[in-house]
Amino acid sequence: MLRSLRSGQSLFSFASIRKTLRVSSRGGGRGAPGYYSAMTTNALHAGAKPVAFPGSGPALRVERLDKRYGGRAIVDGLSFQIARGECYGLLGPNGAGKTTTLRSVLGLTPIDGGVIRLLDHDVPAQARQARARIGVVPQMDNLDPDFTVEENLLVFGRYFGLADAEIRRRIPGLLEFASLESKRTARINELSGGMKRRLTLARALVNDPDLIVMDEPTTGLDPQARHLIWERLKTLLGRGKTILLTTHFMDEAERLCDRLGLVDHGRMIAEGAPQELIARHVEPEVVEVFGDDAFAWLERHRAAMPGRVEVSGETVYCYTAEPERVLSYLRDGGRLRYLHRPANLEDLFLRIAGRDLRE
Amino acid sequence: MSEQVMRPSGAGIWGLPRPGRGCIPVLRRNFLVWRKTALTTILGDVMDPMVALLALGYGLGSLLPGIDGVPYVTFLAAGSICMGALYAATFEATYSAFSRLHIQRSWDAMLNTPLSLDDVVFAEILWAAAKSMKSGLAILLVVAALDISRAVTLLWIPLVLALIGVAFAALALVMSALAKGFDFFMYYFTLGVTPMVFLSGVFFPVSQLPDALVQAARLLPLAPAIELVRPLVLGRVPDHPWAHVLQLAATAAAAVWLASALMRRRLLR
Repeated sequence: MLRSLRSGQSLFSFASIRKTLRVSSRGGGRGAPGYYSAMTTNALHAGAKPVAFPGSGPALRVERLDKRYGGRAIVDGLSFQIARGECYGLLGPNGAGKTTTLRSVLGLTPIDGGVIRLLDHDVPAQARQARARIGVVPQMDNLDPDFTVEENLLVFGRYFGLADAEIRRRIPGLLEFASLESKRTARINELSGGMKRRLTLARALVNDPDLIVMDEPTTGLDPQARHLIWERLKTLLGRGKTILLTTHFMDEAERLCDRLGLVDHGRMIAEGAPQELIARHVEPEVVEVFGDDAFAWLERHRAAMPGRVEVSGETVYCYTAEPERVLSYLRDGGRLRYLHRPANLEDLFLRIAGRDLRE
Repeated sequence: MSEQVMRPSGAGIWGLPRPGRGCIPVLRRNFLVWRKTALTTILGDVMDPMVALLALGYGLGSLLPGIDGVPYVTFLAAGSICMGALYAATFEATYSAFSRLHIQRSWDAMLNTPLSLDDVVFAEILWAAAKSMKSGLAILLVVAALDISRAVTLLWIPLVLALIGVAFAALALVMSALAKGFDFFMYYFTLGVTPMVFLSGVFFPVSQLPDALVQAARLLPLAPAIELVRPLVLGRVPDHPWAHVLQLAATAAAAVWLASALMRRRLLR
């Protein structure tokens, strides 16, 4: 089933049905979670048209959020907004305030100022009602080691007040989504890191949430496992879910996010679509020059170098709109190696946050 | 509004806890784990106190004159019941609860759902109290089975055990809220639990202690428990029962409140 959904075409029709079903099943209360029904009725409703998302406001609105620990501002007047169905990434170095922002949004910490409106609920006052419609994938796996894969889903579903029968009905779909069908009765310590991550993601979907909050979803995973998680997140976006994630992997942010907020020292320093942000703040192309003679080469050509030059470690970064000129300077020999590439989020990030190590 | 600190629970750290139905799925979670190892733990609950009661009660007791005309094994029975309940509640709410809180991070997972911290804290206290009740009842059954006592008044003991369970579970959870690691519990056991067991009349009457200690020992939370259970084992109505019940209930209430508050301070920072 999932395999057939991976192409863009079927994903789109799937998403449309998802939206239709969600709206039509709203009167039915908690039962009949949209996408499980959609899995079985996909073929029948292939021509369904997209319908507006339920709920009125944005998925999340954060205004002038302040959070201090011992007089030190961790989050400092942060504002951002996430539309329904959007994937929004909070990007920043360690200690930038990303995790604290997520904790504030979930109503798990008192805030020192600001307004948080989450799925039409005020946080922290109505945080519990809001959390009923949210799935959280924490930074550190906290699956229950005493239980099997299946029991983890069952026990977690109960926390949302779901009846056992309802959770058991959902479990096969969740296991399929996480590609863990064969691990149904395995214990947690028998799973690989990637499997645990997928199970944590499946667990976050047990309440069929509108918004999924993920704190560094792929930290510590190998490349294959990361790609599988990314693919699953895209599937979820295709189903109309809203995603808020934090990351410090630029490729992850660039690949997944519709919009990004760059956070440093608890403040929003830039916000927008990934490509738009890069275009706005960084020169379009980068030539990285390294090798024994790199610094000598830089000294010879510095005056004539087009654009901006930065040195970090043993590498010279030339940010420029005229890469041909830089490349022509490279022809004068010496022990040099170089990499010519388009500017990416990492360049943007380093440009804005600086290259200093944050510890 | 912007000047005021806004808290998740709506109340401050020191506000009264307000648990709800969210306790139930947490209790069911712990029950599901327990069910997997139930047989071995029940064996321990019955065998351990039985061996201790037999060895000390009959072995050591045969060397001793009766205490106030009561055979030592009968005297010790009440102490064993209370001590069993105390240790069961304390182990569950320290090592086991702390493991779920700090090592497995199960509490973090729960707090990401509609459950409140008060729900989780209350469920842990009730769960540890339930395990305490189970241990106390196991010893009570041994006492009845070996005909150490078959007084009708034994039937009141489960009610006392419920109070003991909540009080010592909550006290232990206070320690979990303060703990940085498992080592911390050594302080509680060595400086709190063990001296309390020796000073509260489990193994010998409190009146054997020096006068100055007697008054202090009566303030220990285990003392009223034994003052209630011992007469019930001997088939008598305790003296001043409501004073002891009140002391236990006040300890329980204060500890529950303190555990909730310290957990808020620890987790909802």
